[in-house]
Amino acid sequence: MNSDGTTQEILIKIRGLTFRRGDRLILDAVDMDIPRGSVVAIMGPSGVGKTTILKLIAGQLRPDSGSVLIGEQDVARLKRAELFKLREEMGFLLQNGALFTDLTVFENVATPLREHCKLSESAIESAVGKKLEAVGLRGAEQLMPDELSGGMARRVALARAVVLDPAIVMFDEPMAGLDPIAISTINRLIRETNDRLGLTSIVVTHDVEQMIRLADYCYIIAEGQVAGQGPPAELRESENPSVAQFMNGRVEGPIPFHYDHAGASR
Amino acid sequence: MIQSMLAPVAEMGRAGMFLMRMLGGVRLEWRLLQSTMQQLFLIGARSLVIIMICGFFVGMVLALQSINALQQFGASDQVSLLVGKSLFRELGPVLTALLFAGRAGTSIAAEIGLMKATSQIDAMELMAIDPVRRIALPRFLAGLLAVPLLTAMFNALAIMGAVIYSVGVAGLDVGVFWTKLQTGVFFHKDFLGGVYKSIVFGGIVSLVAVWYGFSARPTGAGVGTATTNTVVVSSVLVLIFDFIMTSFLT
Repeated sequence: MNSDGTTQEILIKIRGLTFRRGDRLILDAVDMDIPRGSVVAIMGPSGVGKTTILKLIAGQLRPDSGSVLIGEQDVARLKRAELFKLREEMGFLLQNGALFTDLTVFENVATPLREHCKLSESAIESAVGKKLEAVGLRGAEQLMPDELSGGMARRVALARAVVLDPAIVMFDEPMAGLDPIAISTINRLIRETNDRLGLTSIVVTHDVEQMIRLADYCYIIAEGQVAGQGPPAELRESENPSVAQFMNGRVEGPIPFHYDHAGASR
Repeated sequence: MIQSMLAPVAEMGRAGMFLMRMLGGVRLEWRLLQSTMQQLFLIGARSLVIIMICGFFVGMVLALQSINALQQFGASDQVSLLVGKSLFRELGPVLTALLFAGRAGTSIAAEIGLMKATSQIDAMELMAIDPVRRIALPRFLAGLLAVPLLTAMFNALAIMGAVIYSVGVAGLDVGVFWTKLQTGVFFHKDFLGGVYKSIVFGGIVSLVAVWYGFSARPTGAGVGTATTNTVVVSSVLVLIFDFIMTSFLT
């Protein structure tokens, strides 16, 4: 099992990551290590900048200072073409799936293949079929996204995210808004694909229970900084007031209930 | 104050850079051709009915007004000349472009804006697919092709409307109508000038539409604003460029 995170090769190294939106400080010198082959959860209250971290890792946003190193490459220093090359090694499951609404399920999953690989139609068919099989949606190929339930759409998005066999897959709130069965399904699929394909997965979520079941290692972000980190079971016992407040869902604690505009001056 | 005056200039600059980025993505490849053809069908062929109906009635009303005016000088047999010239040079390209802005420009802007609001554009970028090349470019090229073709249809139907009114209602001689049209309306000066215009108008309307779609705020209200802006800005630009081009072409 890879829950200790100490002996493993670090795939993504985040150092001193700082990001501002306008004059509001979103992330303040965040450090993270994401080991190869593990499922790492990034947690925290809504609006704390979890999705921002994913966008910074993907190079969609540029940090104000600090760096994201993937292997040897500093994401923020890459040119557009190099960045696009790197992104072929990444899969994304965005909030709500973000399926292309004008394409069928099959074409949605096939899009990255058509774009990046020179494959024959029959090779594409078999690759897409395999991925859809893995998420239990073989036979749904010709449906349109608006004919899918929320859970099915999320599974199609998962198939699309891994169709290029990426090294890193990032999940932005993969369970948000799903029913309990669909949540467990997605949870299991994330674990299975991660272990079977040897991926490194980063899951952004605010769902404490799911994270405890799923993640090997966990970062809790509060007020722009890493408030706590460790294997989920340890975090549960944490003495850190921010971590304890978040893990137990308490209103009182260091994480403020009121929107803190003074945060702009930090 | 100065800043708010400069804002449109800055926006034009950004739109110009967007155009350059789009044109930089032009490759001779099967997929671009395919998606352009698909868009040509969606925004061009689907606009045919409204263009044809409007063309027909514009032709009829042109003939009606012209005959009324020309009768005072006893020159109502010149009606096809007046209709033909004003149609090919001005009304055909301009009205088609304005109708196209309302029918297709809005749908392009709303579609792209909605794709943005549902993070499909983000998803594309994260898949290392350039959305400007995949989404904007085919729509722009299709608009560039569609407006001249639609203008041709508009003109054809307008001439038909004019014939039907002049001959059927006003009782002019059908032979005189066609002869005057053939001898008085020139291919280069009158017809091609209109074609050039309609290509430029097609470019303007579809550039404005994809630009506002891509720069829409990713919310319901943002998509609404983008749609409105598309119609307003492209209509104004079409009329401005119409004057500029007319003064150079004649």
